[in-house]
Amino acid sequence: MLSLKLALWTCVILIPLSLLIARPLAWTKLRYRGLIEALIALPLVLPPTVLGFYLLVALGDDTYLGQVFQAVFGRGLVFTFEGLLFASLIFNLPFAVQPIQRAFEAIPINLREAAWCSGMSSFKTFYRIELPLALPGVISALTLTFAHTMGEFGVVLMVGGNIPDETRTIAIAIYDRVQAFDNVAAGVMSLILLSISFLTLGIVYMAMPRWSGRS
Amino acid sequence: MTSGQQDKSGLSLLLRQRTPIPLQAEFSCQRGELVALVGPSGSGKTTILRAVAGLHSPQSGQISCAGEVWLDTDTNLCRSPQQRRIGMMFQEPSLFPHMCVLDNVTIALDHVPRKLRHARAHDWLERVNLGGLETRRPATLSGGQQQRVALARALAREPEVLLLDEPFSAVDRVTRRKLQSELAALRQHIDIPVVLVTHDLEEATLLADRICVLHHGETLDFGLPDRIMTQPVSPLVARLIDLPNIFQGVVERHASDTGPALMRWNNLSLEIADNTTAEIGDTVSWIIPPSFVVLHRRRKPSKGERENPVTGRVSEVLTFNEISRITMLIEDMDDCPLVISLDTHAARRNDIQVGEIITVSLLAQDIHIMAAKKT
Repeated sequence: MLSLKLALWTCVILIPLSLLIARPLAWTKLRYRGLIEALIALPLVLPPTVLGFYLLVALGDDTYLGQVFQAVFGRGLVFTFEGLLFASLIFNLPFAVQPIQRAFEAIPINLREAAWCSGMSSFKTFYRIELPLALPGVISALTLTFAHTMGEFGVVLMVGGNIPDETRTIAIAIYDRVQAFDNVAAGVMSLILLSISFLTLGIVYMAMPRWSGRS
Repeated sequence: MTSGQQDKSGLSLLLRQRTPIPLQAEFSCQRGELVALVGPSGSGKTTILRAVAGLHSPQSGQISCAGEVWLDTDTNLCRSPQQRRIGMMFQEPSLFPHMCVLDNVTIALDHVPRKLRHARAHDWLERVNLGGLETRRPATLSGGQQQRVALARALAREPEVLLLDEPFSAVDRVTRRKLQSELAALRQHIDIPVVLVTHDLEEATLLADRICVLHHGETLDFGLPDRIMTQPVSPLVARLIDLPNIFQGVVERHASDTGPALMRWNNLSLEIADNTTAEIGDTVSWIIPPSFVVLHRRRKPSKGERENPVTGRVSEVLTFNEISRITMLIEDMDDCPLVISLDTHAARRNDIQVGEIITVSLLAQDIHIMAAKKT
């Protein structure tokens, strides 16, 4: 349940955030665009332990971020669900931003200009034209983020540890059960994880042609 | 004072910029008038149209339409495309692929009360002969039908100006003819300025009331199609609009009691209408439109065909349906091929074939002399 909760919250927060990041990134002519894209893609190539270490340091009670959170919520970020959620947002960033960015990039500039010339405001152009056309990319981002969060192990272990009902996700629990030679429980949980991931991807890939057909 | 400040009803424009492409353009377009912007690729036609639409901000300029100022760089005024009430047709139809045909038009009807929008969109689709296709997606339509939807969408906004950016270039020849006819018919019912960007000169002369010839972003000539096609202001304009028969001559004599004005063309002396400001001895460029060259009937010469007679051998005959284009080479003037266009039946009646000797007249009134210094 904790894994599902983490995956859902990650999607809820990260997808709108990725729309805000990916849309300008798709059309910007900034000289430093490549650097920004590299920064976002970093979690793809960094070992989870390295990313986890930096997050652990960044979220610690000694840091500005940790202190602000402590002051507002009365508790720290490290080894908490909130800390885990923050880490999840970071390590899922490329999985969410990149498909959405590619989808926006694929929208011809002529369509946006035609919308403006038809009297549509920038916001109306976004929700009536751009968002429907970028929907396959948004769905891809949603799927990848969800499935990746469900299965992430390294970063979660580094930042969240293994606290029951707080930070012990299903991937950690499987590792925990294997360490305790409880192969039956590990097998059941692995099967659950496999089924959820397969179902999620299956539903999306089955439905994708219809969504793509819209565009 | 620019034409933009004088004209209160139509569109007027004055643009100046150095980058990304140089612009030095000025023209106006009255209500109900169609102005065609012609010129080679990279001449700035589309950039000018985009500046009118508000999709491009020039470094300097003024644009006004229907009495409203849309752009005035002196006062930092630049209205957005949404504020300009324009109808725009792009080279590609640019329809919204996720919407049906009806929604593609309805979406431009924000200025109409919501409950009336669908009925109004239906009306526009009927006017472009697309009734019955309302529920179709753009991808299921032909190229011509897609452009009709784009036209209906552009007009649905009840724009102050209609901007057409090579709208017929992506469709086949037959469809292009149909769309051109439909546009010409539709213009009878829309009383707004229309600006058409095209590289097709035939299309421009067919549809436009006035033509603006552009080169490197600069307006070189602006006027009635007939005048531009027969009396371009410079040899460069003549070349840009693909006119043949561009030659050079030397003014020999102005008109006087002793005789008409004369111009030497290689070893020939031609009578000319004395409307040139060039001095005697000046080298001038001149043209004569191929359709104005008068063929001497080979079997039945007449008195009226004695003006500036020129004899030569036919080197090429090209027939395009009802028009034949004949190239003749004058003796000792092989580098000055003279092109004539004739009705095909006239060419056949006179038995004009390659190698035949023919005589033509270059009527003085049809010889258009341009300033030599502009070559």
